[in-house]
Amino acid sequence: MQQASAAPPARGIGQVLATGVGRVVVSIFVPIVAFIVLWAGFLFLKDSGAPKLVIVLVAIVWGIGGVALLYVVANWLTEKLPSVWHRRILPFVFVGPAVAILTFYLLVPAVLTAWSSLFNANGKAFVGLDNYVYSFTNPEMVTAIRNNVLWLVIGTLFSTGMGLAIAVLVERSRLDRLAKTLIFLPMAISFVGASVIWRFVLSFQPEGQPQVGLLNAILGTFGISPVSWLTGEPLNTILLIVILIWGQTGFAMVIIGAALKGVPEEMLEAGRIDGASEWQSFRKLVVPAIWPTIVTVATTIAILTLKIYDIVTAMTNGNFNTHVIATMMFQQAFTFQDSGRGAALAIILLVGVMPVIWYNLRQFRGRAI
Amino acid sequence: MRKITWSRVAINLTVLFLIVVWTVPTIGLFVTSFRDKQSISNSGWWSAFGQGGFSLDNYDKVLFGGDGLATAFLNTLAVTVPAVVIPILIAAFAAYGFAWMQFPGRRILFITVVGLLVVPLQISLIPVLKAYLAINLNGTYLAVWLAHAGFGLALATYLLYNYISQLPKDLMESASIDGASHFTTFTRLILPLSMPALASFAIFQFLWVWNDLLVAATFLGTSGDVAVMTQRLVSMTGTKGQDWQLLTAGAFVSMIVPVFVFLSLQRFFVRGLLAGSVKG
Repeated sequence: MQQASAAPPARGIGQVLATGVGRVVVSIFVPIVAFIVLWAGFLFLKDSGAPKLVIVLVAIVWGIGGVALLYVVANWLTEKLPSVWHRRILPFVFVGPAVAILTFYLLVPAVLTAWSSLFNANGKAFVGLDNYVYSFTNPEMVTAIRNNVLWLVIGTLFSTGMGLAIAVLVERSRLDRLAKTLIFLPMAISFVGASVIWRFVLSFQPEGQPQVGLLNAILGTFGISPVSWLTGEPLNTILLIVILIWGQTGFAMVIIGAALKGVPEEMLEAGRIDGASEWQSFRKLVVPAIWPTIVTVATTIAILTLKIYDIVTAMTNGNFNTHVIATMMFQQAFTFQDSGRGAALAIILLVGVMPVIWYNLRQFRGRAI
Repeated sequence: MRKITWSRVAINLTVLFLIVVWTVPTIGLFVTSFRDKQSISNSGWWSAFGQGGFSLDNYDKVLFGGDGLATAFLNTLAVTVPAVVIPILIAAFAAYGFAWMQFPGRRILFITVVGLLVVPLQISLIPVLKAYLAINLNGTYLAVWLAHAGFGLALATYLLYNYISQLPKDLMESASIDGASHFTTFTRLILPLSMPALASFAIFQFLWVWNDLLVAATFLGTSGDVAVMTQRLVSMTGTKGQDWQLLTAGAFVSMIVPVFVFLSLQRFFVRGLLAGSVKG
């Protein structure tokens, strides 16, 4: 990529290029050519009748190559500038694209959303904080917020706690490699896929009919009547959280497990000499040593639970009082076309995530210095 | 000695139990994906071993039948690869800029970037969709790539900054003394050295994009020719709620690539993530 534009030109051309006029002409010419190439690719991808496989390949090459090309051309252009300007502008070639994209995709939408949360359903009339009052008083909304708190507390505690427990156990077991791989594996499965998997665990048929769900079949062998797992609250939400725990425990286990390996052996040895029991040295020595990692894992999962959407949508679609903030937000914004209430819920979500991330960053800063 | 041996047995049994609990749901899906409609609704998958009657019909139908999961697979591929590489490239440039270049506004820009970690992507969907529709960009791959880039960039920049800013200072200085420009230093020195961090974020972003439903549905669309795999799966649960046999095969097809990528790269995943949080 880089050679393409930086290749030394032939001698004669080199002299022409060295002149002021040549430099200006080339400086204009190169970006234009780059732009035309990219534009042609865009048009091709937009309405091409080519076979799908060809389109996919072109898309991948065009997308990745295009971004790389833009950086090369931008850098090349700044090199044509006088060196003072080159030094001033180059940093913005490096950080500019990231800042621009983040501004367009996150910053501006967040501001717009905060603004529209103060307006009514069609965004015309100013209603002050009414949408927020509604969010915290409407019974359905309160249920959704309560459910989200359940997700946050149960999901985070169990995923992190079990991850820690399993990481410690697995280290002492001969099945460690197998266990790590198999417990980690659900992390690669989408929440949609996981929901399909768990349908076969939680499926319910009325008594007397064959049970194809694993849990009810197990109950059946003990002579217990089948339970309709997903219709009664708060059991249904807790079972949905189990799906998340199933997916995230492996993540916690692997990260915490790697941190456990970093605990210095001498420290544990010293504890043993002082007569500390296994449990004492775990609680007093090991846990404090890996605490920052535990916090990182817990906050990562906490953020995930606050934004949870896919599992609820795929399993119950919010029925039977399983709604969470994100699914409510979608219902308000898309089904009921109430942009004000949808926006208010989005802002509530943002405010909920804020302290968690702040805590995470603070831990991180403390460690990096 | 005896006591230790017994505790070992107990630990191994517990671990074995956990393995079984964690794997059985997936095995259930796997077995079901080879059974026909009739037997799926008449008996649990665990009783299938006695009955036999396994076939590849579900896979055949789901891949090449009317559902066109093969097309959806290609769509997912076309979305995923650039949506992973583009944000990493952009974030790496930015991380280097923030870590090793001096310019006015550096601190405030960096704080803004990290601060945007708090914005849930749900906030952006409607405003970005409106902007896309206004410039006629919606429904293109570019629209989805940039959206995924936007939603992944804050984390990517932050993780890569933590890694790149801790590379030894002497390295940059000697490169600069040798006359290397920032651009050369970045492409020849920093990118190769940052591979562990790049790889671990790549795996994260890959799993996220491949398994994403929301972003693709919003910006690429839900119709048959552009829909990604997760979208096809969800519409299968909707339009043919009782065709479990196809859904199971479809779910399995969608898992193959991420599971494979995951297993072959999990070493990097852990190393790179820890590189950000643990020194050395």
